[in-house]
Amino acid sequence: MRTQVVPDVGAKTESPALEPLLFELHREGRSGRHIRDAATDVVPVAFARKVPLGLPELSELQVVRHFTHLSQLNYAVDTGFYPLGSCTMKYNPKVNDRAAFLPGFADLHPQQPDETIQGALRLMVELQEMLAGITGMDSVTLQPAAGAHAEFTAILMFKAYHHARGDRKRRRVIVPDSAHGTNPASAAMCGFDVTTVRSDERGNIDIKALEDTLGDDVVGLMLTNPNTLGLFEERVREVCAAVHKVGGLVYGDGANMNALMGVARPGDLGLDCVHINLHKTFSTPHGAGGPGAGPLCVRAPLEPYLPSPRVKRNADGSFARSLDHPQSVGRVRSFLGSFGVLVRAYTYMRSLGEEGLTEASRDAILAANYLLSRVRSKYEVAYDRTCMHEFVLSAAKQKKQGASALDIAKALIDEGFHPPTVYFPLIVAESMMIEPTETEPKETLDAFADALLRIAERIEKEPEKVREAPLRAPLRRLDEVGAARKPVLRYRR
Amino acid sequence: MSSNPYSPHTDADRAAMLAAIGVHSVDDLLTAIPPEARGAGMGVPAGMTEAEVTLHLTAIAAQNTAAGAGPFFLGGPVQRRYIPAAVPSLALRGEFLTAYTPYQPEVSQGTLQAIWEFQSLVCELFALDVANASMYEGGTALAEAAFMAVRATGRKKVVVASETFYQFKDTLRTYAQGPDLEIIEVPTAELAANADGAACLIVQHPDAAGGLVDVRPIADAAHAAGALCVQVTEPHACAVLEPPGALGADIAIAEGQPLGIPMSFGGPYLGILACAAPLVRQMPGRIVGRTQDARGVRGFVNTLQTREQHIRREKATSNICTNEAIAAITAAVYLGLLGPQGLRAAASRGALQAHALAERLARIAGCSVAFERPFLDRFALRTPPGDLLDALLADGIVVGLGLRDDPELADTFILQCTELTTDDDIEALALSLGRALAGRREPVRA
Repeated sequence: MRTQVVPDVGAKTESPALEPLLFELHREGRSGRHIRDAATDVVPVAFARKVPLGLPELSELQVVRHFTHLSQLNYAVDTGFYPLGSCTMKYNPKVNDRAAFLPGFADLHPQQPDETIQGALRLMVELQEMLAGITGMDSVTLQPAAGAHAEFTAILMFKAYHHARGDRKRRRVIVPDSAHGTNPASAAMCGFDVTTVRSDERGNIDIKALEDTLGDDVVGLMLTNPNTLGLFEERVREVCAAVHKVGGLVYGDGANMNALMGVARPGDLGLDCVHINLHKTFSTPHGAGGPGAGPLCVRAPLEPYLPSPRVKRNADGSFARSLDHPQSVGRVRSFLGSFGVLVRAYTYMRSLGEEGLTEASRDAILAANYLLSRVRSKYEVAYDRTCMHEFVLSAAKQKKQGASALDIAKALIDEGFHPPTVYFPLIVAESMMIEPTETEPKETLDAFADALLRIAERIEKEPEKVREAPLRAPLRRLDEVGAARKPVLRYRR
Repeated sequence: MSSNPYSPHTDADRAAMLAAIGVHSVDDLLTAIPPEARGAGMGVPAGMTEAEVTLHLTAIAAQNTAAGAGPFFLGGPVQRRYIPAAVPSLALRGEFLTAYTPYQPEVSQGTLQAIWEFQSLVCELFALDVANASMYEGGTALAEAAFMAVRATGRKKVVVASETFYQFKDTLRTYAQGPDLEIIEVPTAELAANADGAACLIVQHPDAAGGLVDVRPIADAAHAAGALCVQVTEPHACAVLEPPGALGADIAIAEGQPLGIPMSFGGPYLGILACAAPLVRQMPGRIVGRTQDARGVRGFVNTLQTREQHIRREKATSNICTNEAIAAITAAVYLGLLGPQGLRAAASRGALQAHALAERLARIAGCSVAFERPFLDRFALRTPPGDLLDALLADGIVVGLGLRDDPELADTFILQCTELTTDDDIEALALSLGRALAGRREPVRA
């Protein structure tokens, strides 16, 4: 990451800055020549733009330097270890990107006739088939753009499923207290109330509390397994059976599927559906926040409600889009899916194959347990069990000594690492959720463990110094309160 | 030996890690999993080397016909446009592409400043006050805009113009099943008369068939009834047409794909959502704000996060978490490279070619522009009835189908032009269409 001073380019910034804004580099009359001007004006005067178009005017080299400089201010998987819990920041293979940008994929309009997109449809059908096999489900939609989008899709399908059975009394979706915030938010977007169920002392959903709240007004349960504590739900089959007994459905949040490939299939555990984050488990790049893709895999009873259009294999071996799904919830987006992400995930699956995928999950579990074994002497472990692909530490002890999980996160930045997820899950005080993934060499895991131990020792001696971190990042800590109190959300001249 | 080509672990590493944990094998770490549910096959074919997988993917890609292979007039929300060489080389740098959500702002200033610039560029283009850091794509952006209006007004009726992209309307209807919203669809001309009790009026300008719409009276009618005006628009069009903020729209949404993002058979795309300042707390998704660090150096952070799911859970304005950040950065690079002049050139070039195409095709017997209203860079062409699509496709020419939800335009083609539409493309379509129509008369004489 770049920390040195940027050469002075003569731009006047409103205050000291790492990099001028595009707008601050503007000079009137400067421009590139990418597209030939239309000589005549074809817009009727009544409709023509009269408001000035205040976009910056820049030379191409200025734009190149600007975004290159900005990129150098980022930490990324390509630059270093990124153990952000629940996000599976594994290596994003370059061959996947190249495949997605083949002209036969990148230069396809989503409304082209079926006969011109046979390869695209084939890839989608094969991907659906592989995902069904990996999850132990029957049918798959590739439409959802992200995990949260899949959650919303699934809860809408649950609603359609219950309504189709004449059952309109169900109003509640049950969510464990360890769940991602997207789970309750998705349930609420579907018009349902959310009931939160606590976790037990082993970090599982409290089955007694669950049974107490179950009733015939329950739409379903949203279950993350392994859960956000990095623990496998030990009584998952009983949990699913209890929900089914009252007529509810079980949604699987597949955020943590990186622990399960070839290890255990959600369909074999009793879940009715599960989404897959292709940007986590299947190595597609996270793109500074997105895109992702959240295919949703379902068991046969939910199949009629899957989003439409769907993609299918014809009897003659050709491929087609199909629209004739009268019970479908409809489109959850304009077109069939984030195809560029699907190509990358498909390439990854075909590269690793059955054995490689299984090994990836087993290595991810091994790496997490190893890292946990290296750091547990200095940090409290929230729920002290064998973890799956990630684990949650508590910095409660360090907090008493004078430095919080946030301080530790910033101190890790000075050690050259991206911090873990902090303050989530909410049920662990001063939580630090660490997911090493299977693609980091043991040397990196050791170096990270050493850094965490070093920070713990520094906190014992001089916590006030740790609270000053980061000192070696491009910026010191930022004023987030001020940013929210007086929001400045755009440039104004 | 690893089966995973990206594994760094040697057998010795694995043995050392197992020993440190104090177990004999990875199976010893899996005891929490019910034994009967363990280790089922997945049915994934055996792995391939990078060379093999590249050949395999290249072969699949070759089963498609890329849009650049012939004259291409398919458009609408997704448009084949020129992507300057510098766009992917900058936006897809590993430092952007392989980062995640900027949760740690001190090591994410590249993403945060680029997104803040994206927000600023969208605000300039749309003449509105706030843009978020992106939605999934145009259709979901429209649905989220309707949800914003529902929250802001406390009303559950949403009125949408028929002449809106049907994919967007379908997505809106799907989303509306969640909170049980009432969706009323009426022709654009009847929007104003249906404002009573509505949360919002949704108008598309330019509309799905390319027609220009007088938005102001619709916005006025919405406001008079206490409703909001949501405008569906297109980024290039806004460079040459009066923008949503100047027409009275409270919220504008668009598919951002034309801003340097490949068509890529449906995604990933870029949902653009911008609004007037008073609505900012109803906005879904991430928003980046400007601030400073402890030394007073300018910096950027995710802000107004109390709207979002990771803080507010079931009370959040939306469930969105992962968004389309790299597409937003791509759009910022694209707009930075083109500048106001380049964007206007792209928009007006498409318009120029569309009008030339309309004029040329109208000279073919039986063909005419299907509506009277002015258009920008796409229009509906009425032809004699019959299956001309296959004849054009046989000549390597791809055109759009008529509007699904408008019976008036059912038997038409929607033809989109952009800066990539050449004079030769126009002539090729005219000749092919002429031939197809002439050819069809042949059997009658025979």
